[in-house]
Amino acid sequence: MKIRNIRAQKITKTVARLCQEANYFLPNDVHRALKQAHKTEESPLGRQTLDRILANAQLATEEKMAMCQDCGIAVVYLEIGQDTHITGGNLYEAINEGVRQGYEQGYLRKSMVRQPYSARVNTQDNTPAVIHTDIIPGDKLKITVMPKGGGSENMSRLFMLTPGQGRSGIIEVVLRTVNEAGSNPCPPVIVGVGIGGTAEMAMALAKKATLRPLGSVNSNPENVRLEKELTKRVNALGIGPEGLGGQTTALAVHIELFPTHIASLPIAVSLQCHAARQKEAIL
Amino acid sequence: MMKTLYIKSPVEEAITKKLRTGDQVFISGVVYVGRDAAHKKIIDALDHGKSLPFELKGQTIYYMGPAPAKPGQPIGAAGPTTGGRMDAYSPRLLAEGLKVMIGKGTRSPAVKDAIKKYRGVYMAATGGAGALISKSVKKSEIAAYPELGTEAILRLEVEDFSAIVINDIYGGDLYQEEQAKYRNAIR
Repeated sequence: MKIRNIRAQKITKTVARLCQEANYFLPNDVHRALKQAHKTEESPLGRQTLDRILANAQLATEEKMAMCQDCGIAVVYLEIGQDTHITGGNLYEAINEGVRQGYEQGYLRKSMVRQPYSARVNTQDNTPAVIHTDIIPGDKLKITVMPKGGGSENMSRLFMLTPGQGRSGIIEVVLRTVNEAGSNPCPPVIVGVGIGGTAEMAMALAKKATLRPLGSVNSNPENVRLEKELTKRVNALGIGPEGLGGQTTALAVHIELFPTHIASLPIAVSLQCHAARQKEAIL
Repeated sequence: MMKTLYIKSPVEEAITKKLRTGDQVFISGVVYVGRDAAHKKIIDALDHGKSLPFELKGQTIYYMGPAPAKPGQPIGAAGPTTGGRMDAYSPRLLAEGLKVMIGKGTRSPAVKDAIKKYRGVYMAATGGAGALISKSVKKSEIAAYPELGTEAILRLEVEDFSAIVINDIYGGDLYQEEQAKYRNAIR
């Protein structure tokens, strides 16, 4: 078996580009879903808001400017092939250097503050990134940059349910989370639901679930049914685009599962705003 | 009946009587920008009898922290941030003469009461539409607290800045009213 070398500088360059492209270009699947929502939305204020969201995405693309002033925490997902070898530098430093360059060169807002509970001094370069690493088979490195805004991130919730609360308990807490969030996370949102594992695993699954392409089908048939029911019921909350009323509160609900302890039923909810930014590259 | 109004900022004392929940408003003139850290500093200045960075009477505060401007542009993306985080500070500022608040998202009962009592108004700009909104900003300069960086107080000159009235002096709340119409309307 052959080890494939990947240079740290190449990783830095790639991350810098991904930070900018993610902030300028709304993904095609999100664009399609917003257009579809515009066709079916009955609320006049809701439709008007979707119009503005689509016009904003177009303008950002044309002018290569940030679609939202909150250019987010840089959440970076790595899938590292076990047959790769990073040369010429430290992997995490290479990624943070990419974030530093990408946010500076791309006229992106730097939103990270040090010492969260006191001084809150801006780090001035949007580092450090929040990095999630998976080791997978193969000799490729997949990098996904997800700029995550504070407004939607603040609406994340974790519930440690009892096993007896089951499916109906899950529905209840998802609806509660979206309802209490109201207009704050910039709906229409993508609702990520992580079920199982441990507390931190459920939260990580929930956020990762928001990355799944819109329109893709869950690999688990039971999840397909639950996603369908949750989407219908979330959209019956009436919150609508930017909370101004309507039937489009969520573009989708995505579920990710992991086996869990006999005593536990962790469930986490992560909301992604309509500026559902992500961009990936494979090296 | 929802109307469209073109208003100048700073606003006249009587203007909030005319503004009703659901009205589409286009604002031109001067708007100050401040978010969490700036609000904390203003309240601190009031508490200690220090001078304020700008005269609050009749003014508009926009809850926002812009993206950096590209060369030749007055500002980068400039959409609203969550108004609820300013709830603790807003009643005090309204009592001091602030008239218009622009953000996104719901406000607390205490803020809504203060809007009625001191005849102010809360409007929403379109969250996440920062690029689009930046086009209504003609000029931007730091007015106070430059040490806060992206959270500094800015003085903007705006032209036809688009906002919708959420909370008016009559106790209206657009979020509640519109969401109620579509609640349980399963398509």
